[in-house]
Amino acid sequence: MSTQLEARPKKPVDDGTVGPLTEQGSGLLADGVFKWVTLLSGVTVLVILLLIAVTTTRQAWPAFSEFGTAYFFGTEWVPPEGLYGILPLVFGTVLVSLIALFFAVPLSLGIALFVTELAHRRVRSLITLVVDLLAAVPSVVFGLWGFYQLIPIFQSVFNTISDAVESIPVLNVIFGPGSGSSFMSAGLILALMIIPIITSVTREVFMTVPENDKSGSLALGATRWEMIKGVVIPHSTGGLTGAVMLGLGRAMGETVAVALLIGASPQISANLFGRGETMPAQIFRSLSEAGGVYRSALIGLGVCLFVITIVVNVSARRLVLVIDRRIKGTI
Amino acid sequence: MSTSTPESSEQMRISLSSANLSKKRRVRNAAASVAMVAAFLIAAVPLFAMGASVLSQGLGVVLSVDWWTQPIPGDVGRADLAGNEDLCGLGFGDAAECQAGGSSTSVIKGMQPAIVGTFLTVFGASAMAIPLGILGAIYLHEYGKTGRLARFIRFMTDVMVGVPSVVMGVFIYTIWVLQFGTGGKSAFAASLALGCLMLPIVVRSTEEMLKLVPNALREASAALGTRTWKTTLKVVLPAASAGITSGCLLAVARAAGETAPVVFTIGYVTTTNFSMRGQNTTLSAQIYSQLTNGGSIATQLAWGAAVTLVGIVLVLTLSARAISSRLTIGKT
Amino acid sequence: MQADSEQNSASLAGSIPSTLAPQDVVGGAEQELLYTDLDTGAALPITAETAASSDAQNLPAEVGSVVFDVDNLSVYYGKYRAVRDVAMKVRKNEITAFIGPSGCGKTTVLRCFNRMNDLIDGARVEGKIEYHGVDLYGEKVNAVEVRRRIGMVFQKPNPFPKSIYENVAYGPRIGGIKKKSELDEIVESSLKRAALWDEVKDRLKASALGISGGQQQRLCIARAIAVNPEVILMDEPCSALDPIATARIEDLMKEIKTEFTIVIVTHNMQQAARVSDATAFYSTVVNPESDVRTGLLVEFDRTETIFANPSDERTEHYITGRFG
Repeated sequence: MSTQLEARPKKPVDDGTVGPLTEQGSGLLADGVFKWVTLLSGVTVLVILLLIAVTTTRQAWPAFSEFGTAYFFGTEWVPPEGLYGILPLVFGTVLVSLIALFFAVPLSLGIALFVTELAHRRVRSLITLVVDLLAAVPSVVFGLWGFYQLIPIFQSVFNTISDAVESIPVLNVIFGPGSGSSFMSAGLILALMIIPIITSVTREVFMTVPENDKSGSLALGATRWEMIKGVVIPHSTGGLTGAVMLGLGRAMGETVAVALLIGASPQISANLFGRGETMPAQIFRSLSEAGGVYRSALIGLGVCLFVITIVVNVSARRLVLVIDRRIKGTI
Repeated sequence: MSTSTPESSEQMRISLSSANLSKKRRVRNAAASVAMVAAFLIAAVPLFAMGASVLSQGLGVVLSVDWWTQPIPGDVGRADLAGNEDLCGLGFGDAAECQAGGSSTSVIKGMQPAIVGTFLTVFGASAMAIPLGILGAIYLHEYGKTGRLARFIRFMTDVMVGVPSVVMGVFIYTIWVLQFGTGGKSAFAASLALGCLMLPIVVRSTEEMLKLVPNALREASAALGTRTWKTTLKVVLPAASAGITSGCLLAVARAAGETAPVVFTIGYVTTTNFSMRGQNTTLSAQIYSQLTNGGSIATQLAWGAAVTLVGIVLVLTLSARAISSRLTIGKT
Repeated sequence: MQADSEQNSASLAGSIPSTLAPQDVVGGAEQELLYTDLDTGAALPITAETAASSDAQNLPAEVGSVVFDVDNLSVYYGKYRAVRDVAMKVRKNEITAFIGPSGCGKTTVLRCFNRMNDLIDGARVEGKIEYHGVDLYGEKVNAVEVRRRIGMVFQKPNPFPKSIYENVAYGPRIGGIKKKSELDEIVESSLKRAALWDEVKDRLKASALGISGGQQQRLCIARAIAVNPEVILMDEPCSALDPIATARIEDLMKEIKTEFTIVIVTHNMQQAARVSDATAFYSTVVNPESDVRTGLLVEFDRTETIFANPSDERTEHYITGRFG
């Protein structure tokens, strides 16, 4: 230690408290170790994603190779008969998610606007609290409630509607004779589940609209609605797209509540009141008991779901970037 | 000026009143406001109905000591069939009543195994995901910054946040349950699945909190000759601790409510298992399986489990909010 | 506080007959705290008569008609009274400047003139604020209509993230003008009147965020002009600009005052002296017990009088830089 000190060309004060300018061994080591530990932790994310992709694909491979295109483009999913075409499940997943977005997006926008532009401060914080709490309610609880309390209501409402439109072409197909468990039931419960999520993201997006721009519009004699339409919405387009895509991702992956309300019959049908099935619901229902190629086919569904949600998420981020650039740049 | 100045204040009064605003604009504005309030009400009504149902259906069961201390009644379907006649003969019923020679008509509704199981799995998942997630976030924000690897990890973390929980369940099922057979089904396996779910959430929320720590703090520490790792552990993490805790609690709440990844990996028990090994059960898994069991007793069990689960999740969420509202940094 | 009140008393004692007893509108605990040791005149707001009389003394021959008549105005945020005792007459085709230290409520008062304070939760106005004899906060008065007639330019230039053309056309469009030719005409004339046309005529479709800060502020003035208001309120319009851009805005204000009535809030006394016809000096008083600051109007007069011969000691101190 002392020889090291003397080796320094300049030492400020030789009272022994000042160390050499090169780091002592232990500190350097600790910093290096710490950095590597954090790096490894960060890389865990990559490792897990890679593992998911590799192991699930490997387990699903028997189904992929045995059925080939019939697996990805087959329109019949009847495991007892050895029919493993995933299209009915993909159809169900997409349809249910779209129904959910159809109802949830306008409502969420309305609530977020109500909270940010209309409601009094105290009401605002109360609603924000309630929305945040609702976002935390587990999906199985939505499923339980929907299963016991909504299915009977849906049953009668759907019947009334399908009776009413019986003789109207097109509508009588879309709103055909129905059951309480259906695409529509699952879509509606999903809508309720994603409303809190879309609302809280949308609210945050609206909060970032500069007060200055809003005042500028109002000072020109715009009504509140004109201000919202002219300033708030255009400013938020990117963020809103993100919120909707986030909701879509959530809706597509949602499992238990959908499993309980969709009726467990994989089919491609235009009848929104008919029974259906989604990919996550099918996996959830059957994976524990399935064996052999059936299990392999179910894990394959997991792989497809994994890929689809990644595509949705990645394209959402791209879309948000593109829109933001266009809005902030020249129009 | 083209507009003529109104001669009398009466004219001005009219021109300033809403009557002068075109009807179309007035109606649109009013309609928009009504629509916003309506949106709120339309969403609020079913959600409140759900809250009311869960409470009214489940609260009764939860408010007994048995619920928290007794095993889950086994074959509740048969108990239902017995029609409350002679449960003792079927092996159910209140032990004291049966021993007294009477024929008990009540099934002891307990949920202790699921409550214990929920805490075990969530604890296991947190023990894995929280330290890893915080360390990962430290790498991203304190070391990797905008480097290529850090950007890639950040991007993949966002991707991982979006991966459905059922896929995490399938993943652990393939690498764990399929390797070790039914014996692999355990609280530990469920913890792995929930940990995968929590990890990206913890990473992202922690990094957001680290961003809020002012650089001046890091510089002040560095100026004293402190190494990055010490600065991070002694200065940055404590400064961000409230936010990090809050973010972690939200991730825990999310994990506690998950069903899909748990049912493939945890198995099923009706007696309390305090070990991470061996089959177990959680509240969410119980809600689902009791619901599919059907019958009045099973239904009560499902609602009771729902109240318990919602209670746990809301406590976690509210604590997270309370902690983050006390946050000093970033609330300027 | 003591000194403050005495000054208040001294300055007003001359102009207000002591027979005018304290009025109950300004009553309340705080008021009593402030003025218990003073003679009655001090607590009095500047009343219409006093404002009018002081006005009359210094008015040049050719003044315009009264656009805003403000008397005994107080603005509250919830229970907190932000400003009190505002009384003034804003005249047509004049520039009226509000000066005073920060936190004295200049901007708050300005935002009452087009009811922008409505947007703040809990903001409330008491007293008289009339526009051409109509109570701006009257029951049937619609804030949207008020704002169409009384435009506003903000401290920070706030063009919308749209093209230059769309910024100017925004107001007329929501006002119901749809015809392209008509809009083109309005955009051109507004930009010309805001002295911006020559600089941007070749890039009307370019983003408004791409032009300089000074140009953006003139664009905001053009945007305000485009809806053909009678009054333009300006809230420290030059505080974010460099001296050259500031000079251009000041020239512009003098040019357009023949068409508009302008009320401007400024931190810059020289600016007020350079451009305005009438000046209002605001200050703050602090309640020693609750430590609550309240803004108030100290003096309102012709600009020459305020700067050359202020009747209130506080105004003089502020003008000569001895404010403290």
